[in-house]
Amino acid sequence: MKDLSLYILDIAMNSVRAGAKHIAIRLEEQDVVLTLTIQDDGCGMTPEQVKRLFDPFYTTRKTRSVGLGVPFLQMLAQQTGGDVSISSKSDTEYADHGTLVTAVFHTDHIDFIPLGNLTETIVTLIQGSPNVDFIYCHSMSRGSVAMDTAQMRSILGEDIPLDNYEVLNFIKSYLQEQYQQL
Amino acid sequence: MKSLSELAAIREQMKDKVAIRTGSGDIRVVVGMATCGISAGARPVLNTFVEEVAAANLTEKVMVTQTGCIGICQYEPVVEIFEDGKEKTTYVKMTPEKVKRVVEEHLKGQKPVSEYLIGNTKL
Ligand SMILES: Nc1ncnc2c1ncn2[C@@H]1O[C@H](COP(=O)(O)OP(=O)(O)OP(=O)(O)O)[C@@H](O)[C@H]1O
Ligand SMILES: [Mg+2]
Repeated sequence: MKDLSLYILDIAMNSVRAGAKHIAIRLEEQDVVLTLTIQDDGCGMTPEQVKRLFDPFYTTRKTRSVGLGVPFLQMLAQQTGGDVSISSKSDTEYADHGTLVTAVFHTDHIDFIPLGNLTETIVTLIQGSPNVDFIYCHSMSRGSVAMDTAQMRSILGEDIPLDNYEVLNFIKSYLQEQYQQL
Repeated sequence: MKSLSELAAIREQMKDKVAIRTGSGDIRVVVGMATCGISAGARPVLNTFVEEVAAANLTEKVMVTQTGCIGICQYEPVVEIFEDGKEKTTYVKMTPEKVKRVVEEHLKGQKPVSEYLIGNTKL
Protein backbone atom coordinates (compact mmCIF):
# COMPACT_ATOMS: atom_id res chain seq x y z
CA MET A 1 0.00 0.00 0.00
CA LYS A 2 1.36 3.34 -0.97
CA ASP A 3 0.66 5.50 2.05
CA LEU A 4 -0.06 5.21 5.76
CA SER A 5 -3.63 6.47 5.47
CA LEU A 6 -4.48 3.30 3.48
CA TYR A 7 -2.98 1.06 6.17
CA ILE A 8 -5.07 2.93 8.76
CA LEU A 9 -8.23 2.43 6.70
CA ASP A 10 -7.44 -1.26 6.40
CA ILE A 11 -6.73 -1.84 10.10
CA ALA A 12 -9.80 0.17 11.13
CA MET A 13 -11.88 -2.02 8.78
CA ASN A 14 -10.90 -4.98 10.99
CA SER A 15 -12.49 -3.10 13.91
CA VAL A 16 -15.63 -2.49 11.85
CA ARG A 17 -15.77 -6.16 10.92
CA ALA A 18 -15.37 -7.07 14.62
CA GLY A 19 -18.66 -5.27 15.27
CA ALA A 20 -17.17 -2.32 17.15
CA LYS A 21 -19.49 0.49 18.23
CA HIS A 22 -16.61 2.80 19.14
CA ILE A 23 -13.37 3.15 17.21
CA ALA A 24 -10.63 5.59 18.20
CA ILE A 25 -7.80 6.35 15.78
CA ARG A 26 -4.91 8.31 17.20
CA LEU A 27 -1.69 9.49 15.60
CA GLU A 28 0.98 11.05 17.73
CA GLU A 29 4.11 12.50 16.22
CA GLN A 30 7.00 13.18 18.55
CA ASP A 31 10.20 14.13 16.81
CA VAL A 32 10.86 11.26 14.44
CA VAL A 33 8.62 8.76 16.21
CA LEU A 34 5.07 8.31 15.00
CA THR A 35 2.75 6.24 17.15
CA LEU A 36 -0.52 5.01 15.66
CA THR A 37 -3.17 3.46 17.89
CA ILE A 38 -6.47 2.00 16.79
CA GLN A 39 -8.73 1.01 19.65
CA ASP A 40 -12.11 -0.67 19.34
CA ASP A 41 -14.78 -2.32 21.44
CA GLY A 42 -15.45 -5.08 18.94
CA CYS A 43 -15.55 -8.82 19.58
CA GLY A 44 -11.85 -8.99 20.41
CA MET A 45 -9.61 -12.02 20.17
CA THR A 46 -8.34 -14.71 22.52
CA PRO A 47 -4.58 -14.73 23.32
CA GLU A 48 -4.28 -17.70 20.96
CA GLN A 49 -5.90 -15.71 18.13
CA VAL A 50 -3.69 -12.69 18.78
CA LYS A 51 -0.58 -14.86 18.52
CA ARG A 52 -1.67 -16.16 15.13
CA LEU A 53 -2.58 -12.69 13.89
CA PHE A 54 0.91 -11.95 12.64
CA ASP A 55 0.78 -15.08 10.52
CA PRO A 56 -0.60 -14.25 7.06
CA PHE A 57 -2.19 -17.66 6.88
CA TYR A 58 -4.52 -16.80 9.73
CA THR A 59 -7.87 -15.26 8.87
CA THR A 60 -11.48 -15.80 9.86
CA ARG A 61 -12.65 -14.56 6.51
CA LYS A 62 -14.21 -17.13 4.22
CA THR A 63 -13.48 -15.66 0.81
CA ARG A 64 -9.75 -16.27 0.85
CA SER A 65 -7.37 -18.19 3.01
CA VAL A 66 -4.88 -15.45 3.89
CA GLY A 67 -5.32 -12.36 6.05
CA LEU A 68 -2.93 -9.66 4.95
CA GLY A 69 -3.85 -6.56 6.90
CA VAL A 70 -1.91 -7.03 10.13
CA PRO A 71 1.17 -8.70 8.56
CA PHE A 72 1.41 -5.77 6.08
CA LEU A 73 1.29 -3.20 8.89
CA GLN A 74 3.89 -5.08 10.87
CA MET A 75 6.20 -5.32 7.87
CA LEU A 76 6.00 -1.57 7.29
CA ALA A 77 6.57 -0.70 10.96
CA GLN A 78 9.52 -3.06 11.28
CA GLN A 79 11.09 -1.75 8.06
CA THR A 80 11.28 1.69 9.64
CA GLY A 81 12.77 0.34 12.88
CA GLY A 82 9.46 0.26 14.75
CA ASP A 83 6.97 -2.50 15.48
CA VAL A 84 3.33 -3.44 15.99
CA SER A 85 1.80 -4.74 19.20
CA ILE A 86 -1.72 -5.92 19.79
CA SER A 87 -3.62 -6.41 22.99
CA SER A 88 -7.11 -7.78 22.93
CA LYS A 89 -9.90 -9.07 25.13
CA SER A 90 -12.26 -11.57 23.59
CA ASP A 91 -16.01 -11.26 24.15
CA THR A 92 -15.97 -14.95 25.03
CA GLU A 93 -14.18 -14.03 28.27
CA TYR A 94 -14.65 -10.34 28.95
CA ALA A 95 -17.52 -7.90 29.20
CA ASP A 96 -15.16 -5.01 28.35
CA HIS A 97 -13.96 -6.70 25.18
CA GLY A 98 -12.07 -5.03 22.38
CA THR A 99 -8.74 -4.62 20.68
CA LEU A 100 -5.90 -2.13 20.79
CA VAL A 101 -3.45 -2.06 17.90
CA THR A 102 -0.33 0.02 18.45
CA ALA A 103 2.16 0.66 15.66
CA VAL A 104 5.36 2.64 16.01
CA PHE A 105 7.18 4.10 13.00
CA HIS A 106 10.40 6.04 12.60
CA THR A 107 9.50 8.81 10.19
CA ASP A 108 13.10 9.68 9.33
CA HIS A 109 13.75 6.16 8.07
CA ILE A 110 14.19 5.79 4.33
CA ASP A 111 11.49 3.08 4.22
CA PHE A 112 8.84 5.24 5.86
CA ILE A 113 6.04 6.10 3.46
CA PRO A 114 3.98 9.32 3.19
CA LEU A 115 1.06 9.81 5.56
CA GLY A 116 -1.31 10.18 2.61
CA ASN A 117 -4.80 11.58 2.78
CA LEU A 118 -5.93 10.95 6.36
CA THR A 119 -9.09 13.01 5.89
CA GLU A 120 -10.16 10.72 3.05
CA THR A 121 -9.62 7.66 5.24
CA ILE A 122 -11.74 9.05 8.08
CA VAL A 123 -14.55 10.14 5.74
CA THR A 124 -14.50 6.71 4.06
CA LEU A 125 -14.84 4.98 7.43
CA ILE A 126 -17.77 7.18 8.45
CA GLN A 127 -19.46 6.62 5.07
CA GLY A 128 -19.21 2.87 5.54
CA SER A 129 -20.27 2.78 9.20
CA PRO A 130 -22.44 5.82 9.95
CA ASN A 131 -23.64 4.34 13.23
CA VAL A 132 -20.21 3.72 14.71
CA ASP A 133 -18.70 6.39 16.95
CA PHE A 134 -15.35 7.42 15.54
CA ILE A 135 -12.79 9.45 17.40
CA TYR A 136 -9.88 10.80 15.44
CA CYS A 137 -6.94 12.71 16.81
CA HIS A 138 -3.68 13.54 15.09
CA SER A 139 -1.23 15.43 17.26
CA MET A 140 1.94 16.97 15.94
CA SER A 141 4.45 19.41 17.38
CA ARG A 142 2.73 22.26 15.52
CA GLY A 143 -0.76 21.47 16.73
CA SER A 144 -3.46 18.87 16.42
CA VAL A 145 -6.45 17.81 14.35
CA ALA A 146 -9.39 16.19 16.10
CA MET A 147 -12.91 14.98 15.52
CA ASP A 148 -15.58 13.02 17.36
CA THR A 149 -18.62 11.75 15.47
CA ALA A 150 -20.68 11.26 18.66
CA GLN A 151 -20.50 15.01 19.19
CA MET A 152 -21.56 15.62 15.58
CA ARG A 153 -24.45 13.23 15.91
CA SER A 154 -25.71 15.00 19.02
CA ILE A 155 -25.92 18.26 17.04
CA LEU A 156 -27.45 16.65 13.95
CA GLY A 157 -30.13 14.75 15.83
CA GLU A 158 -31.43 11.25 15.22
CA ASP A 159 -32.99 11.81 11.81
CA ILE A 160 -29.93 12.69 9.78
CA PRO A 161 -27.44 9.88 9.30
CA LEU A 162 -23.73 10.67 9.16
CA ASP A 163 -23.49 9.14 5.70
CA ASN A 164 -25.72 11.86 4.32
CA TYR A 165 -23.78 13.53 1.51
CA GLU A 166 -23.92 17.07 2.95
CA VAL A 167 -22.73 15.77 6.31
CA LEU A 168 -19.85 13.81 4.79
CA ASN A 169 -18.83 16.90 2.86
CA PHE A 170 -18.92 18.95 6.02
CA ILE A 171 -16.71 16.45 7.87
CA LYS A 172 -14.28 16.42 4.97
CA SER A 173 -13.82 20.19 4.96
CA TYR A 174 -13.88 20.31 8.75
CA LEU A 175 -10.80 18.07 8.86
CA GLN A 176 -9.14 19.62 5.81
CA GLU A 177 -9.39 23.08 7.30
CA GLN A 178 -7.93 21.91 10.59
CA TYR A 179 -4.94 20.53 8.68
CA GLN A 180 -4.57 23.75 6.70
CA GLN A 181 -4.63 25.87 9.86
CA LEU A 182 -1.64 24.08 11.36
CA MET B 1 -12.85 28.05 9.96
CA LYS B 2 -15.61 25.45 9.88
CA SER B 3 -17.39 25.00 13.14
CA LEU B 4 -19.65 22.21 14.31
CA SER B 5 -22.56 24.65 14.43
CA GLU B 6 -22.75 24.26 10.65
CA LEU B 7 -24.24 20.86 11.38
CA ALA B 8 -27.18 22.57 13.03
CA ALA B 9 -27.66 24.52 9.79
CA ILE B 10 -27.58 21.27 7.80
CA ARG B 11 -30.21 19.87 10.13
CA GLU B 12 -32.47 22.88 9.55
CA GLN B 13 -32.08 22.58 5.77
CA MET B 14 -32.94 18.90 5.85
CA LYS B 15 -36.03 19.32 7.94
CA ASP B 16 -38.21 20.05 4.92
CA LYS B 17 -36.83 17.30 2.75
CA VAL B 18 -38.99 14.23 2.66
CA ALA B 19 -36.34 11.60 2.10
CA ILE B 20 -33.33 12.21 4.29
CA ARG B 21 -32.22 8.63 4.49
CA THR B 22 -29.75 8.07 1.72
CA GLY B 23 -30.79 5.53 -0.86
CA SER B 24 -34.15 3.86 -0.55
CA GLY B 25 -32.39 0.85 -2.01
CA ASP B 26 -33.63 0.59 -5.60
CA ILE B 27 -30.02 0.30 -6.68
CA ARG B 28 -27.21 -0.83 -4.42
CA VAL B 29 -23.57 -0.18 -5.34
CA VAL B 30 -21.20 -2.33 -3.29
CA VAL B 31 -17.46 -1.65 -3.22
CA GLY B 32 -15.02 -4.29 -1.91
CA MET B 33 -12.96 -2.71 0.87
CA ALA B 34 -10.74 -5.48 2.25
CA THR B 35 -6.94 -5.29 2.15
CA CYS B 36 -6.91 -6.51 -1.46
CA GLY B 37 -9.38 -3.81 -2.50
CA ILE B 38 -7.81 -0.98 -0.53
CA SER B 39 -4.32 -1.66 -1.86
CA ALA B 40 -5.63 -1.77 -5.43
CA GLY B 41 -7.34 1.64 -5.11
CA ALA B 42 -10.83 0.99 -3.72
CA ARG B 43 -10.89 4.13 -1.55
CA PRO B 44 -10.94 6.66 -4.41
CA VAL B 45 -13.34 4.39 -6.33
CA LEU B 46 -15.78 4.39 -3.40
CA ASN B 47 -15.50 8.12 -2.85
CA THR B 48 -15.95 8.90 -6.54
CA PHE B 49 -19.17 6.87 -6.47
CA VAL B 50 -20.38 8.83 -3.44
CA GLU B 51 -19.59 12.16 -5.16
CA GLU B 52 -20.88 11.31 -8.63
CA VAL B 53 -24.11 9.79 -7.32
CA ALA B 54 -24.74 13.01 -5.38
CA ALA B 55 -23.79 15.17 -8.38
CA ALA B 56 -26.23 13.22 -10.57
CA ASN B 57 -29.00 13.70 -7.98
CA LEU B 58 -29.34 9.98 -7.52
CA THR B 59 -28.90 9.77 -3.75
CA GLU B 60 -32.51 8.79 -3.19
CA LYS B 61 -32.37 5.95 -5.65
CA VAL B 62 -28.81 4.67 -5.26
CA MET B 63 -27.17 3.44 -2.08
CA VAL B 64 -23.36 3.24 -2.07
CA THR B 65 -22.07 0.69 0.44
CA GLN B 66 -18.86 -1.09 1.42
CA THR B 67 -18.14 -4.75 1.88
CA GLY B 68 -15.13 -6.94 2.67
CA CYS B 69 -13.33 -9.22 0.27
CA ILE B 70 -15.55 -10.32 -2.62
CA GLY B 71 -13.20 -13.22 -3.36
CA ILE B 72 -11.65 -12.22 -6.67
CA CYS B 73 -8.67 -10.27 -5.30
CA GLN B 74 -6.78 -10.23 -8.59
CA TYR B 75 -9.62 -8.17 -10.13
CA GLU B 76 -9.75 -5.48 -7.40
CA PRO B 77 -11.06 -2.84 -7.12
CA VAL B 78 -14.31 -4.74 -7.60
CA VAL B 79 -17.75 -3.12 -7.62
CA GLU B 80 -21.03 -5.01 -7.62
CA ILE B 81 -24.32 -3.37 -8.59
CA PHE B 82 -27.59 -4.87 -7.38
CA GLU B 83 -30.89 -3.76 -8.90
CA ASP B 84 -34.38 -4.98 -8.13
CA GLY B 85 -35.39 -7.75 -10.47
CA LYS B 86 -32.12 -7.79 -12.37
CA GLU B 87 -29.01 -9.90 -12.27
CA LYS B 88 -26.03 -8.57 -10.36
CA THR B 89 -23.47 -6.63 -12.41
CA THR B 90 -19.79 -7.06 -11.50
CA TYR B 91 -17.33 -4.36 -12.57
CA VAL B 92 -13.64 -5.08 -12.10
CA LYS B 93 -10.34 -3.21 -12.02
CA MET B 94 -12.25 -0.03 -11.39
CA THR B 95 -10.79 3.49 -11.36
CA PRO B 96 -12.37 6.88 -10.57
CA GLU B 97 -12.54 7.57 -14.32
CA LYS B 98 -14.43 4.34 -14.94
CA VAL B 99 -16.77 5.18 -12.05
CA LYS B 100 -17.85 8.38 -13.81
CA ARG B 101 -18.89 6.40 -16.88
CA VAL B 102 -20.70 3.78 -14.81
CA VAL B 103 -22.70 6.47 -13.01
CA GLU B 104 -23.54 8.22 -16.27
CA GLU B 105 -24.33 5.20 -18.44
CA HIS B 106 -25.42 2.50 -16.01
CA LEU B 107 -26.95 4.25 -12.99
CA LYS B 108 -28.42 7.14 -14.97
CA GLY B 109 -28.78 5.64 -18.44
CA GLN B 110 -29.56 2.09 -17.28
CA LYS B 111 -27.11 0.63 -19.75
CA PRO B 112 -24.19 -1.29 -18.20
CA VAL B 113 -20.71 -0.37 -19.46
CA SER B 114 -19.80 -3.68 -21.04
CA GLU B 115 -16.03 -3.09 -21.37
CA TYR B 116 -15.65 -2.96 -17.58
CA LEU B 117 -17.56 -6.16 -16.84
CA ILE B 118 -15.67 -9.08 -15.38
CA GLY B 119 -16.16 -11.25 -18.46
CA ASN B 120 -14.62 -8.63 -20.72
CA THR B 121 -11.59 -7.67 -18.66
CA LYS B 122 -8.15 -9.14 -19.10
CA LEU B 123 -5.95 -9.55 -16.03
N1 LIG C 1 -9.74 -5.38 15.68
C1 LIG C 1 -10.01 -6.70 15.60
N2 LIG C 1 -10.96 -7.27 16.38
C2 LIG C 1 -11.24 -8.59 16.30
N3 LIG C 1 -10.61 -9.46 15.45
C3 LIG C 1 -9.66 -8.95 14.66
C4 LIG C 1 -9.28 -7.56 14.69
N4 LIG C 1 -8.27 -7.37 13.79
C5 LIG C 1 -8.05 -8.57 13.23
N5 LIG C 1 -8.86 -9.53 13.72
C6 LIG C 1 -8.89 -10.98 13.37
O1 LIG C 1 -7.66 -11.30 12.77
C7 LIG C 1 -7.85 -11.83 11.47
C8 LIG C 1 -6.71 -11.39 10.56
O2 LIG C 1 -6.75 -9.98 10.32
P1 LIG C 1 -6.05 -9.37 9.05
O3 LIG C 1 -6.37 -7.93 8.92
O4 LIG C 1 -4.58 -9.71 9.09
O5 LIG C 1 -6.68 -10.18 7.84
P2 LIG C 1 -8.22 -10.18 7.37
O6 LIG C 1 -8.91 -8.95 7.87
O7 LIG C 1 -8.81 -11.49 7.74
O8 LIG C 1 -8.09 -10.12 5.81
P3 LIG C 1 -7.55 -8.85 4.97
O9 LIG C 1 -7.16 -7.79 5.98
O10 LIG C 1 -6.40 -9.39 4.20
O11 LIG C 1 -8.67 -8.40 4.11
C9 LIG C 1 -9.22 -11.33 11.04
O12 LIG C 1 -9.82 -12.22 10.11
C10 LIG C 1 -9.98 -11.28 12.36
O13 LIG C 1 -10.51 -12.54 12.69
MG1 LIG D 1 -7.95 -7.00 7.66
